[in-house]
Amino acid sequence: MLLRHTPTGLNERSALTINPAKTCQPVGAMYAALGLHRCLPHSHGSQGCCAYHRSALTRHYNDPIMGSTSSFSEGASVFGGQANILEAITNIFTLYDPDIIAVNTTCLSEVIGDDLVQIIKKAAEDKKIPRGKFVIHANTPSFKGSHVTGYANMAAAMVQYFAKNTEKKHRRINLIPSFIEPSDMSEIKHLAGEMGVEYTMFPDTSDVVNTSMDGTFRMYPHGGCRREWIETSGDAQATFAIGRMGALPAAKLLDTKCKVPLHILDLPIGITATDAFVNALRTVAHVAVPDSIREERGKLVDVLCDMNQYTYGKKVSLMGDPDILLSMVRFCRDIGMEVLHVLTGTPVGKFKLEERVKEMCGPDVVFRSGLQCDLFMFEQLIKENKPDLIMGNTYCKYMCRDNDIPLLRIGFPIYDRIGHSYVPLMGYRGGMHLLLKILTILMDRQDRDAAEENVELIM
Amino acid sequence: MRKIAIYGKGGIGKSTTTQNTVAALAESGKNIMVVGCDPKADSTRLLLNGLAQKTVLDTLRLEGEDLDLDDVVKVGFKGTRCVESGGPEPGVGCAGRGIITSINLLEQLGAFDASYNLDFTFYDVLGDVVCGGFAMPIRDGKAEEIYIVCSGEMMAMYAANNICKGIRKFAEAGTVRLGGLICNSRKVDREAELIESLAAKLGTQMIHFVPRDNLVQRAEINKKTVIDYDPTAPQADEYRKLAAAISNNTKFVIPNPLEIQELEALLMEFGIAD
Repeated sequence: MLLRHTPTGLNERSALTINPAKTCQPVGAMYAALGLHRCLPHSHGSQGCCAYHRSALTRHYNDPIMGSTSSFSEGASVFGGQANILEAITNIFTLYDPDIIAVNTTCLSEVIGDDLVQIIKKAAEDKKIPRGKFVIHANTPSFKGSHVTGYANMAAAMVQYFAKNTEKKHRRINLIPSFIEPSDMSEIKHLAGEMGVEYTMFPDTSDVVNTSMDGTFRMYPHGGCRREWIETSGDAQATFAIGRMGALPAAKLLDTKCKVPLHILDLPIGITATDAFVNALRTVAHVAVPDSIREERGKLVDVLCDMNQYTYGKKVSLMGDPDILLSMVRFCRDIGMEVLHVLTGTPVGKFKLEERVKEMCGPDVVFRSGLQCDLFMFEQLIKENKPDLIMGNTYCKYMCRDNDIPLLRIGFPIYDRIGHSYVPLMGYRGGMHLLLKILTILMDRQDRDAAEENVELIM
Repeated sequence: MRKIAIYGKGGIGKSTTTQNTVAALAESGKNIMVVGCDPKADSTRLLLNGLAQKTVLDTLRLEGEDLDLDDVVKVGFKGTRCVESGGPEPGVGCAGRGIITSINLLEQLGAFDASYNLDFTFYDVLGDVVCGGFAMPIRDGKAEEIYIVCSGEMMAMYAANNICKGIRKFAEAGTVRLGGLICNSRKVDREAELIESLAAKLGTQMIHFVPRDNLVQRAEINKKTVIDYDPTAPQADEYRKLAAAISNNTKFVIPNPLEIQELEALLMEFGIAD
């Protein structure tokens, strides 16, 4: 037993977190920054922050994640980090030659109150930013929100720094995804592309953190949204915030800054949510849904109908980030599963996640969100009412092992399995992968646990 | 060695009072060190006859951590050892963290070592205990006696009461105690009575009433303490009395901060001239 000290029964707490169900803002901000073409994320704080954020991302994506740091010393903490970052900007443009430096703050630089707006202005005045290059920033104190907040803040920073309204409207639609896998970003682009929708997606980390191996190291892979495209996002006909928590701040800013109408959508996981997404594209862009997409959908429906007996009524508990949770819960309900617990360490604020989860699952589902909602609490919940399946990140593996419950790895981080950055969960094709994974897990269990006389050859 | 911290509302005269008191103590043959904990670095100006000081943090920034104690300690009036912590320019960085860094560094460098035979160390702290950094001089038994400079003005008393809240927190966990209130007169009605009454409610004493005298201003313009500038003046004797009172003080308490209504009632009682 790895977690033998977790007592059974729920302990209500007013303080302390044990094994948090979230990580800190700069992780998300760094990830979002990688969704810009030729952008180097820069952490304005001590070295340890940057080292942790990079290693968290590197372990999850199994690709080297680049990032630089202001390398605060004791002196920088007292006198402010301006001198450090000005030197860093010069060094970075000289040595690493990115097109954009995306600065995220840290707890330390936030607490001492470094003013990045003023510092970046100073860097420009001192001619430390070469012509055609850019430095942008997002405030990402980790004592507030979570990695999802940091992602959302950096996505909003892209709008803040680049988006322009030139009155020359075009037909493109801005697609702003929440903190999701590069494979899922590709899949969303695939749906839009198949439907003939012109779009700009940002952040877009596909082909940045899931690149192919050809023997050559490229500091800046070919993926990532071009700055020029984001500049024109202010003239787009609409913005889709895909996943409210991670995408709304950027989408809202585009609305207030450039008057681009805003549509808030759930992440397209499973049939219902993907239908809603496809339908929104259809109505806003005035396009027809092509047969190729009907085909993809039809196949998912087919598998679902064939195998429904294996998922129907199965109990599931989920932990993760709000946007993914909401759509995963929807999918679990689509395939007839009973949702017992939903938990996130990210404070959800005005996002009516609990109401929406209860709408889908009924009043008995246990919903927990916020600071004290950690993996310790999650384990206490699943011990009280044991599910057939847990969906969550890698850190759930210990409780799954101790309690003999299978784990489907979704969300962030996944450090101990691969595939998530290549194989999508979103769209109809992603839904197929997801369903196959769920089925394999549940059917393997059935084979393992069935009484001798009940083992089925044909399933 | 007695370790003393001086707090009080901004502009109340902490640095002036501290330096004049230090000068009086030095005059009587005591060995004293003054640590200015204010980013403005003006806590030792009168003892050094000008702002001649390289601050600890400036030195740290320019020369790195292997600096020499002699780089930052200057000897002033009658052998007083003067140090300025310094800090960031206004509006950037973290002055509180600066004080923590600076005091830690001074300890590391052995600034308070027994070999200096110090009788007193004075920490002259900027304003209020606004954050953890400004509480550094009263943490971990650094300063053990605190004197609050105040006047009969409402905001000065309010600040004094607030500082007592900070002292109480650290006193309960450590050795720091309140030694008394120093009234630096602003010629407010019934000022001495008012401060004595406030002191009594806080559980402490008004250790001295320093009258207002323009000589202090004149001495300051000449970059000197009154003791240095005009040793025979009556105001110089006031500072000598204060120095003696602090030197002989035995009343050290954990203060009981007042509720705001109580403080306002006190002002109503004394503050309105009839």
